[in-house]
Amino acid sequence: MTQAPEKYVGGGVLRKEDPALVTGRGTYVDNMRLPGMLHAAVLRSPYAHARIRSIDTSAAKEQPGVVAVFTGDDLADEWAAPLPCGWQVTEDLRIPNHWPLAREEVNYVGDAVAVVVAVDRYRARDAVDMIEVDYEPLDVVTDMEEALRDGSPVVHEDLGTNECYTWPLEVGDVEGAFEKADVVVKERYIQQRLIPNAIETRGVVAQPDPVTGGFTVYSSTQVPHLLKITLSAVSGVPENKLRVVAPDVGGGFGSKLNIYAEEALALALARRLNTPIKWVEDRSENYLATIHGRDQIQDIEVAATSDGKILGMRVKILADMGAYLQLGTTVVPLLGAFMYPGVYNFDAYSFTCTAVFTNKTPTDAYRGAGRPEAAYACERIIDALARRLDMDPVEVRRKNFYEPFDEPTTTPAGIQYDSMNMQGALDKLLEISNYEELREEQRRRREQNDPVQLGLGFSTYTEICGIAPSQVVASLGGGGGGWEAASVRLLSSGKVEVVTGTSPHGQGHVTSWSQIAADVLGVSPDDVEVIHGDTASAPWGRDTYGSRSLPVGGVAVYLAAQKVVEKAKKIAAHMLEAAEGDIEFEGGRFSVVGSPEKSVSMQEVAGRAYLGVGLPEGMEPGLSEEQFFDPPNFTFPFGAHLCVSEVDTETGKVRIRDYFAVDDCGPIINPQIVEGQLHGGIAQGIAQALYEEAVYDEDGNLVTGSMVDYLVPAAPELPNYTLERTVTPSPSNALGVKGVGEAGTIGSPQAVINSIIDALAPFGVTHIDMPASPWKVWQAIQEARGREAGSREANLSGRPAQTEQGGEA
Amino acid sequence: MTVDGRTHVAEVEPRLLLLHHLRENLGIGGVHWGCDTTSCGACTVLLNGESVKSCTILAVQADGCEITTVRGIASDGGWHPVQKAFHENHGLQCGYCTPGMIMASVSLLKENPEPTEQEIREALEGNLCRCTGYENIVRAVQQASREMRQVAAS
Repeated sequence: MTQAPEKYVGGGVLRKEDPALVTGRGTYVDNMRLPGMLHAAVLRSPYAHARIRSIDTSAAKEQPGVVAVFTGDDLADEWAAPLPCGWQVTEDLRIPNHWPLAREEVNYVGDAVAVVVAVDRYRARDAVDMIEVDYEPLDVVTDMEEALRDGSPVVHEDLGTNECYTWPLEVGDVEGAFEKADVVVKERYIQQRLIPNAIETRGVVAQPDPVTGGFTVYSSTQVPHLLKITLSAVSGVPENKLRVVAPDVGGGFGSKLNIYAEEALALALARRLNTPIKWVEDRSENYLATIHGRDQIQDIEVAATSDGKILGMRVKILADMGAYLQLGTTVVPLLGAFMYPGVYNFDAYSFTCTAVFTNKTPTDAYRGAGRPEAAYACERIIDALARRLDMDPVEVRRKNFYEPFDEPTTTPAGIQYDSMNMQGALDKLLEISNYEELREEQRRRREQNDPVQLGLGFSTYTEICGIAPSQVVASLGGGGGGWEAASVRLLSSGKVEVVTGTSPHGQGHVTSWSQIAADVLGVSPDDVEVIHGDTASAPWGRDTYGSRSLPVGGVAVYLAAQKVVEKAKKIAAHMLEAAEGDIEFEGGRFSVVGSPEKSVSMQEVAGRAYLGVGLPEGMEPGLSEEQFFDPPNFTFPFGAHLCVSEVDTETGKVRIRDYFAVDDCGPIINPQIVEGQLHGGIAQGIAQALYEEAVYDEDGNLVTGSMVDYLVPAAPELPNYTLERTVTPSPSNALGVKGVGEAGTIGSPQAVINSIIDALAPFGVTHIDMPASPWKVWQAIQEARGREAGSREANLSGRPAQTEQGGEA
Repeated sequence: MTVDGRTHVAEVEPRLLLLHHLRENLGIGGVHWGCDTTSCGACTVLLNGESVKSCTILAVQADGCEITTVRGIASDGGWHPVQKAFHENHGLQCGYCTPGMIMASVSLLKENPEPTEQEIREALEGNLCRCTGYENIVRAVQQASREMRQVAAS
């Protein structure tokens, strides 16, 4: 009697990654030691904008332990091309030259100016301090609106303007919708600049290979494959002479989705000095020289009927590119372009993004990349609309949801959502949170004038993720396809190797991909090894970002494993002298339908496949299959979040008492991993809402330049999360999966802010910018009180009171 | 100094941080570095049984001391209950903060074998994690606390 085979997908399989990591045996880049390895340290500009008159490296070169010191001029011959911008989002996009070391001008504090190579890290850093640079300071611009004004300092003089690009989208009769509307709500929201703060900073080791004349580059990157092709272009090292390895990577959150100056530098130095070079970023460098996230000004307006039906939406945003365009800088706001209408079904939508250069660190993808920004503006203005119409925020949302669908449905932004059931998610959220009881408690506290008020903040969201269809990537000016690849190799012993083009940095791909392959092949996940992050073993791949790994890469694994089973079935039929159509595969065994005693195991089939004898006529030996998967559409996870916060009206302090979330990312592979991703994602969203902000002064100095000044929340600051889920499969892929890496961060900031505003509604507070620090909250209360007093006077004089920020329609 | 039960003799520069001595000179890669400001806690080790951030003290200050890192807390080839609990509760994702987080937790449970959730959160305030949102780390410490007390009682 054969037992029913255990299914691993959806089950609680503990992570295979953990044993090395909990015992301190991770292989992070900074743990690498190679014979002859030297250490590089980078001199960075202390000015946000300055001309370099001269650089004197003589004293630095004489420091003990120093092997070499190079300026941008010294290394000019090393570059075949500047550091790349990967997304030519408009034809007239302005791209400043971006070399790994600045030569004539520096454009932000932290811009790399020179590099020291020494026998150890301490010596290298000592010598950096001995380099003398004669700078001629230039006028600085750090404010996006200021940067667009005539007469403002220009970041790149040769471009003649600080406008990087303008990208418009218009669908439906927007003008008409606003004319017809009973009410128009208009708001301005600020997406503050954030610093990603992966706990492992960036690091790179470049090693020459004396045999091939090529190089191996070890990097704490999310994107070894993209790094390989872009690094090849920048350095001129042929693609096939370059191997990139991402070992254990200590978090990325988008910030390690790039090619950075220091990666190109390490490679150039290894080539110049013919020895391995290590560069590891310290935290203060990380704050200056690793990309930042967000930094947008959002002007959004919605037109609606008096009973809350949305007719149209207009969005205009300014997006800060910083001083240069990194790989994805230009596309980040445009990922959001399609998402401002959120989960609401209406006809008319217009969007314009103007991208702006400033003398600040470049921005690029940070967890969610464009989509948290969109969801925030959308969900805050929905609440503003509800307040205007004196409706429950839940009812306004319901009124505008799509009817549930499981076939692609066209949105106001002209793209196709894959499947959705917002009603289901919201119903479940109200149920698990006991919404009515919470409102009751809120009423009680308001009546009692409790100094600590209760706020209920909703966010319903969807996101565009599973970054793929190559055609769509190309249509947005993306320089590479969006497919993902995998191979599944059954070894002769029946053990399995899965080679994936995705490159995890904490997401547990090894475990999840093992579960997927194990189920298809009828083996245990322990019999599966997952090989990733090395361009020598996975020669193809598009890596890990944009919640693409599972819905693109994981599906590739699934399809490749199925191909293996198909071939194995042919061999099994031959071995069992039966027709292929009569063979069934279950629990790791092929058997003849109706004669279960006639069977062979997958292991036996594998042995036969590699023996190469006794195979069906004309069949190739071996049992290894490859799959490139290019899905027909993105995936669109969705969900409903409720933040319950207590706001101390006397001190402005906000405490998140409960956080409820119902997320739908389709069927799940590993519940523990999905839950963990949501926890971390929501935490990062809460961090944006309450704590984090990169602040620059007028001269372009990063005021929040360390973990002391920039508040990354620790355990006491964050709540526990009550998570539930609904399951609405995606029609875009065979597993129906959608991805979950960014969902929490996309769903949460506006839930938090909406809750604070809800708590303070009786005071007349309608707006608070992120991060909602106690000071800002307290100030908003005081201002609202002042406004209330003022408007009483104004009303006496017969003038109308303003109800929402931005004024009446 | 003795590190994870093994004695090391070395002459070092006065300015060398204990963190870098452990990592660069002794090759103990399980002590991670994450910030310049003693904020992140990735480098937490035990020094004579007390948890310290190894970036906060100089190697020479640890002269003659007994250092325990995440590699030295297991016994009999198995895992420390805290390591096991982190694994079972998915208390880590990228794993970079994990050695420091585990050492801070080991230290907490030594001083306070039955901490409340609030006490756990406060004890881990000096250790930053960017992946987990902390909930599973708290659960892991709670489980380790239960299991260690059970073992102590039997």
